[in-house]
Amino acid sequence: MTAPEAVLDLRGVTKEYPGTPPVRALRGIDLTIRSGELVGVVGPSGSGKSTLLHVMGTLDRPTAGDVHVAGYDISRLSDRDLSAVRARNIGFVFQQFHLLDGYTALDNVADGLLYTGMSAADRRDLAADTLGRVGLAHRVTHATSKLSGGERQRVAVARAVLGRPAIVLADEPTGNLDSTSSDAIVELLEELNAEGITLVVITHNPEIAARFPRQVSLLDGLVESDSAAAGVGR
Amino acid sequence: MTDRNGIVRSRLHAGDVLRTATVGLRTRKMRAALSALGITIGIASLVAVLGLSDSSRSDLLTQLDRLGTNLLVVQAGTGIGLGNAELPDTAAVMVERIGPVEDVAAVGSVDANVYRSDLVPSTRSGGISVSAVDTNLLDTLEGTVAEGRFLDEASAAYPTVVLGSIAAERLGIATIADGQLVWLGDQWFAVIGILDPLELAGSLDRSAIVGAGAAEDYLGFDGVASSLYVRTHPDWVDGVMGVLPATVNPENPDQVEVSRPTDALEARAAAESAFTALFLGLGVVALIVGGVGIANVMVISVLERRSEIGLRRALGATRRHVALQFLLEALMLALAGGLGGVLLGVGVTAGYSALRGWDVLIPTVAWTGGLAAALVIGAVAGLYPAMRAARLSPTEALRTT
Ligand SMILES: Nc1ncnc2c1ncn2[C@@H]1O[C@H](COP(=O)(O)OP(=O)(O)O)[C@@H](O)[C@H]1O
Ligand SMILES: [Mg+2]
Repeated sequence: MTAPEAVLDLRGVTKEYPGTPPVRALRGIDLTIRSGELVGVVGPSGSGKSTLLHVMGTLDRPTAGDVHVAGYDISRLSDRDLSAVRARNIGFVFQQFHLLDGYTALDNVADGLLYTGMSAADRRDLAADTLGRVGLAHRVTHATSKLSGGERQRVAVARAVLGRPAIVLADEPTGNLDSTSSDAIVELLEELNAEGITLVVITHNPEIAARFPRQVSLLDGLVESDSAAAGVGR
Repeated sequence: MTDRNGIVRSRLHAGDVLRTATVGLRTRKMRAALSALGITIGIASLVAVLGLSDSSRSDLLTQLDRLGTNLLVVQAGTGIGLGNAELPDTAAVMVERIGPVEDVAAVGSVDANVYRSDLVPSTRSGGISVSAVDTNLLDTLEGTVAEGRFLDEASAAYPTVVLGSIAAERLGIATIADGQLVWLGDQWFAVIGILDPLELAGSLDRSAIVGAGAAEDYLGFDGVASSLYVRTHPDWVDGVMGVLPATVNPENPDQVEVSRPTDALEARAAAESAFTALFLGLGVVALIVGGVGIANVMVISVLERRSEIGLRRALGATRRHVALQFLLEALMLALAGGLGGVLLGVGVTAGYSALRGWDVLIPTVAWTGGLAAALVIGAVAGLYPAMRAARLSPTEALRTT
């Protein structure tokens, strides 16, 4: 059986933030994420998790090393191209939800494909379906500011998976939630993965990471352990 | 559209461009309204100033047109050493002989007082003079009667009087019904008419006007004119002005003063354009202040909405999409302010014109120029904030600390 294609491939990725002395947030990361995986990235605060997510999501470029996302070598792409890659191939979920309050859940989800050129009507149809999928069919026309934290994060997840991107990157998606909502979100992510969505979930909570099929643990900008490397080879 | 890497570019439909550009306006309505207010005031003052000056100028021009600029007034000079000069007896007859002169009406002053009744103490004269006039005076002045009628050949010989508008007001006479009488020079005179204000002979507004014949018979008037109102052919006004002094008083032409009353109205029109320029300048200053206000609000908005910018970049917005969103928001703020300003300016112009009885006249350039100015200011004010928003890197924008 051949391994599924790699949707994300990092080779010798480093990231330095300028300063005196410069901050070496990533110090040589090799990591491959294959289609259909659900990966938990765990590590203490300051270990470089968010920086890694930004580099994986093409929100930032590495100082050195190669990054391939959805088959594109990002060093060859312009800022405008990277925007296009994010628009179609990458979904994001953030700890702070980043919803546009004052808009309805439906509009927020539909914005997941805002910059792809899909018509507003098609986006809204798709958004209504996706909101149903994450269990918020009854909240479609609610303003997101009126929703609970757990519901807000569901809206954000729906927005991220709306166009079935090649990969969904979640940075501490349960960081602002109580444990019940947190469990529900983790279950939702597991279900979506079962439906074929490729997911990387960053968390500082080892218990959450332990629930995922593969765990990568990060320490001081280096991969300390990768459960995939221990088992089946790449 | 794909580029050389086979990547389908990020795209934003026109409708969505507008929707994203109104996010800030819709979620922060109060602030949007306040920041547009400066532009509103600026544009409103521009429109109102242009509208009012045009409306008032057109009113002045219609007035000039109606009154005619071919009326001349001849008076005895009142300079130092001239005493209480009078025009020579022959003045009116001589002036009538000048070819281009079409009409001459003489006015003489009568030494008498006017009262509402014979009981008012004679110390309270009320500042009303008595003038003895020719019956063609009203036509010569293009004046109109508010009540009753003017003097004619018949009434000018009898103790009848026509009151100037201010004179009537001072005497407390608003109507000539029921045989209204006034006590004029120890005798009752019947009031047969009240005049509208005379734009070209304001002094007559304060006069009780009697026929020259009646003045001589009842009030001891000596028949000597103190002023002549002269209508000339419109093409010969300057020429007539030149020959009038010598015609009226061949021996002492320098004791004769000739003036054209419409000159004052024309001077007023000129003065108003000077004021217009001043207020236009103030309006422009208000606009610039309004533009600075919008720029300021937009810069704050960009800082506050950093995470929204980060989110949009994560969703695939290009720098250009972000810049466009904020630039358009500033433009819409300014345009909304501009539209409000045009409405306000038109309202002020219409209201004030109605009050003054002018035709409302708002030059097209006032509102098209106003809106164009608002757009230009919006674009300039939005440019810097839009660039700042676009320059923000996605990670910087998403950073929560
Ligand atoms: N924009 C930045 N400029 C400078 N230093 C940064 C920046 N972002 C992160 N860092 C530093 O890089 C290191 C890794 O940060 P981060 O990736 O946010 O870690 P984590 O998400 O695991 O907490 C930290 O020491 C942090 O202070
Ligand atoms: Mg982090």
